[in-house]
Amino acid sequence: MNSVLGIILKRLALGLLTLLIVSLVIFCAVELLPGDFAEAILGQGATPEAVAAIREQLGLDKPLVYRYLSWLGSAATGDFGISFAQLNFLEFGGQGAGNVITVADQIRPRFFNTLFLAAVAAAIAVPLSLAIGILAALFRNSIFDRVANVATLTSISSPEFFVAYILILFLAVLNPILPSLSNIYADMTFIQRLTSTLLPALVLTLVVTAHMMRMTRAAIINLLASPYIEMARLKGLSQTRVIVVHALPNALAPIINVIALNLAYLVTGVVVVEVVFVYPGVGQLFVDSVKIRDIPLVQACCLIFAAAYILLNLLADVMSILSNPRLRHPK
Amino acid sequence: MSNSLVKVRNLHIEGRADETWLPIVNGVDLDLERGKVLGLIGESGAGKSTIGLAAMGFTRDGCRISGGTVEFDGIDLTKASTAVKRSLLGKRIAYVAQSAAASFNPAHKLMDQHTEAPVYHGVSSRKDSEADGIELYRKLRLPNPEQIGFRYPHQVSGGQLQRAMTAMAMSCRPDLIIFDEPTTALDVTTQIEVLASIRDIVEQFGTAAIYITHDLAVVAQMADDIKVLLKGDEVEQADTRTMLSNPQQEYTKSLWAVRSFQRPQKPTAPTSETPLVTVRDVTAAYGNDLVPVLFGVDFNIHKGRTVAVVGESGSGKSTVARCITGLLPPKKGAIEFNGVALPASYKKRSKNQLRQVQMIYQMADTALNPRVRIKDIIGRPVEFYSGLTGSARDERVAALLEQIELEPSLYMERRPTELSGGQKQRIGIARALAAEPEFIICDEVTSALDQLVAEGILRLLAKLQDELDLAYMFITHDLATVRAIADEVVVMKEGKVVEAGPKDVVFSPPHHPYTDLLLSSVPEMDPDWLTRLLEERGLENLGDAAIARINS
Amino acid sequence: MKGYLIFALFLAAAASTIVFFGGVDALKTTWSYLYWLLIIVAVAAAASWVFRELLRRLMPEVIAKPMRQAPLTAAFGIMIILAYIIISVGAPLIAPYGEAEIFTRINVLPGGDPELGGDPAHLLGTDQIGRDILSRLIYGARNTVGIAFLTTVLSFLIGVTFGFLAATLGGWIDQSLSRGVDVLMAIPQLIFALLLMTIASEWAYRSGISLTWFMILIIAVLDSTRVFRLARAVGLNIVVMDYIEAAKVRGETLSHLIFKEILPNAYSPLLAEFGLRFCFVFLTIASLSFLGVGIQPPLADWGTMVRDLSQFINFAAYDPLTASLPLMAAGAIALLTVAVNFVVDWMLHNSSGLKE
Repeated sequence: MNSVLGIILKRLALGLLTLLIVSLVIFCAVELLPGDFAEAILGQGATPEAVAAIREQLGLDKPLVYRYLSWLGSAATGDFGISFAQLNFLEFGGQGAGNVITVADQIRPRFFNTLFLAAVAAAIAVPLSLAIGILAALFRNSIFDRVANVATLTSISSPEFFVAYILILFLAVLNPILPSLSNIYADMTFIQRLTSTLLPALVLTLVVTAHMMRMTRAAIINLLASPYIEMARLKGLSQTRVIVVHALPNALAPIINVIALNLAYLVTGVVVVEVVFVYPGVGQLFVDSVKIRDIPLVQACCLIFAAAYILLNLLADVMSILSNPRLRHPK
Repeated sequence: MSNSLVKVRNLHIEGRADETWLPIVNGVDLDLERGKVLGLIGESGAGKSTIGLAAMGFTRDGCRISGGTVEFDGIDLTKASTAVKRSLLGKRIAYVAQSAAASFNPAHKLMDQHTEAPVYHGVSSRKDSEADGIELYRKLRLPNPEQIGFRYPHQVSGGQLQRAMTAMAMSCRPDLIIFDEPTTALDVTTQIEVLASIRDIVEQFGTAAIYITHDLAVVAQMADDIKVLLKGDEVEQADTRTMLSNPQQEYTKSLWAVRSFQRPQKPTAPTSETPLVTVRDVTAAYGNDLVPVLFGVDFNIHKGRTVAVVGESGSGKSTVARCITGLLPPKKGAIEFNGVALPASYKKRSKNQLRQVQMIYQMADTALNPRVRIKDIIGRPVEFYSGLTGSARDERVAALLEQIELEPSLYMERRPTELSGGQKQRIGIARALAAEPEFIICDEVTSALDQLVAEGILRLLAKLQDELDLAYMFITHDLATVRAIADEVVVMKEGKVVEAGPKDVVFSPPHHPYTDLLLSSVPEMDPDWLTRLLEERGLENLGDAAIARINS
Repeated sequence: MKGYLIFALFLAAAASTIVFFGGVDALKTTWSYLYWLLIIVAVAAAASWVFRELLRRLMPEVIAKPMRQAPLTAAFGIMIILAYIIISVGAPLIAPYGEAEIFTRINVLPGGDPELGGDPAHLLGTDQIGRDILSRLIYGARNTVGIAFLTTVLSFLIGVTFGFLAATLGGWIDQSLSRGVDVLMAIPQLIFALLLMTIASEWAYRSGISLTWFMILIIAVLDSTRVFRLARAVGLNIVVMDYIEAAKVRGETLSHLIFKEILPNAYSPLLAEFGLRFCFVFLTIASLSFLGVGIQPPLADWGTMVRDLSQFINFAAYDPLTASLPLMAAGAIALLTVAVNFVVDWMLHNSSGLKE
């Protein structure tokens, strides 16, 4: 077991390192801004005095390394600073510094909403796509496989907003079953929340299912082509026994990998879908802050998305290490 | 009970390619009696594995039996239901695959896989078949038979896995076992143990077998009858001794033809002569590995001579070639040319130094760029080294093509994919000659070719050597080739030279023990060879046991 | 046979899900939609069949031969791609008006019937600032497809160059390039693009250069990481070939190795990848435009059109044609990616399927 533990620890360390470097990239990207932060906040009409004041207030006169470390330090404790919109408000409002809404305050409730959306989508997509993928692999080149192939290829090729508007058209406008806008508020019951989330979740499901199904199918076909499966067949075992005893233990690693990779894909998909449905999640906040160039907010959202993505990829790797018999039973 | 076990009549098999079905096997008949071993022999693409599987009523994905019958003990497997076939497979018909490492499920222990078929088919209980497994492991002379079954496949070596797979095939005491190239992936010294144990156990239990291989010498040891296949057709069939002594068909004769080509050994060069190439005390390792793959390798190659470097996979013979060409700069030692040390890396060598050392490769397919015309494959080094362009270049290319006995007008404009294996290899030779070198490294140049074609290549190389006074370094594992063409022999094992000298000296006793083992392990085209060898040496002086003894 | 059974079971499962949630009426409604879907699929299949027959019979052997084995989906893909090329090249000739031409009547309804608020001069109506929607759809082909194509080409130039360099040179160059790409790929592409677009928009604002150019550059660089990975993998497969080794020890230069020895053998996998990357870039750009930070006005593009027209979808119950406007733009995007994917699928199948 020691060597597996070693490999996993190594992989975890590598993941952490990647996260650190990614945070550095995100932080430094902002340094590419023409002029600096302060000018960006105040716009071009600002007086030099005002710019200097803001600069000092934000610590922009400090060296880059210092600023990065302090940003990272506070980000690690959940403090992403104060958004520009709030800063402007302070600047022009003059007082009221007591009840400033921080970036973290803005993100927190939305983060939960986004998680809920992703979870609902995953809950539908994972079992569905595994079932279709495995069936398509087992009945390769049958009519089922072909229809599934064309359907998923079409679904992958469609932009999320196309799928979204099609579903809105049929499920919200022509047959008002589900709401076309996702109103989420704090004291909803679970069922209410689910109803509001279902349509965006369905869109994500359609897109992710297509990817996941194709990858599952490819993984299973690859597995079924291996000589030890042929060997099992040549022992005269029944189809069920071949699948359950010989294919499944080895299929676990690729399937877990497929799931984790596609959950990572949800991270990107969620942005567009949230905008379409005006769903109050991190994705929508992100796009809004991009539009008004609210840099601290953009950085924070970016870091959250990247962290989720890296973590899921990490999870995929660790799971496939764990399910590899060669590593579990070293020589 | 009739004595006939398998009866295949007019078997047709098709394979799917691009929405159409192409024939793979065209009307083959096959008969096998109980307790007999039939050898199926042919090149790749002859359809021998497909026929072997079809004898079990099985076709791979993308293949189908399109005609004929396959009767096993009176049951037509082409018409039998899946349930009937399943009741036969594993129980009465078993299969031993080429790659045991890939054919054992990595997720289960050997014993779990061994007992699966007997328990599933209700032949015996788990406990009994486990005890029987240990007994079979012992019979197959696997080390540590009580424990080895409780390991995972990747924890066991290739030769041992192959024997464990044979044991697994025996677990239900089937009437028939299909052996599909069971020793092809193994080294010669390991192969012998597997061959001996397979033969023993098949004899002990009186099991009938179909033994598929492309190696004539191997099949001669194993089979009672031999059937020769070519591109899905039967060429001929006879009992082993008749087949070996008196083949009828041209194709079979060409396969059987004992190397008639034997080049007289040249006298050893005087010690006063500066060798053309000197490999001086070379120690080399890949990347940043601390463990070298070559340990102080040291030998000379003289002008106009052929030095054969022999050894098994992992002996480091190809690594020596990489050191000489400068692709792998040695950690220690040097390569000298005419007494002058060459820069270690090819990047630092001058054009003239690069020109002097040329190489011909084993796989002609990967040695020639498939997208480039023959004219340019040969023309590029002509242009690069001698600066010829335009019609002067084309004339030189034409001359080179004539030198390798290919008609220039027919081949100039073609691409490698349009040529046969032997023709490709000739183009590879022409490309090396185009640089006008004094020294050529030939890396297993004949091992991917048919016997007859290979001999043509050897004759050509010998002719060129006489005409151009070339020196060759011949890397090979095939001792027949060494006998045919070498002047001197260097025997390598695990990165070290164990013996070196003129061919007649190395090949006649007394040998170094490893040379002896290597020489005696190469199968010969004599049906009694294995029996005699086992009698003469005993198993403890062959295979892993012998290696262990040499190493200690 | 079993395939049909599974297919039937699957349809039954889908039907019962619909009945469970929406009752029998929902099933009827679904069927009426499916009915139309089937008709559309049938028409598309028929058109592709005719197109394939035409190619097989009228075209020279080079084109006709592969078409004999091409599945209908591939023929469909080729047909659609050709249509898009014709529309985008001939946009000024086909479109009734210029893409940025503004008319006095805003929000003219589509259909061309004055009784219903339409205008025969504007078959698909005008948008909220009075531009002809049909013209903008046609010009959208040129802009959206053209920009995506340009971006993909750029991405390939960067990715293939560095990928082959890494594969041939190996060592620390390969290591540092690969690790750098690993880091860039650790950030989801759309997210990273949005971050960089925020910064670029500041630059665009100051320098007066259109944000569209920044977007092309950003997407090309981000996407080139994927191209790099593939090109490196393809390159590594070729570099281990003996003919590369032969060329190396002959003393050939790096450029000879890359252009004369490696590249000719890498065309087919790279071409298939080009199709896939184009789809991805096309969708990314469309998404960015949809989110409002992609292709900038006055250029007409489909992503932006979907966003601008999206409210019309709520009129579906009263005026289906108006409601379908945003779907037309979105569908135009989907149709092209579907077409390219069909063709790539066929190409990949061709290059791998023969080995069975």
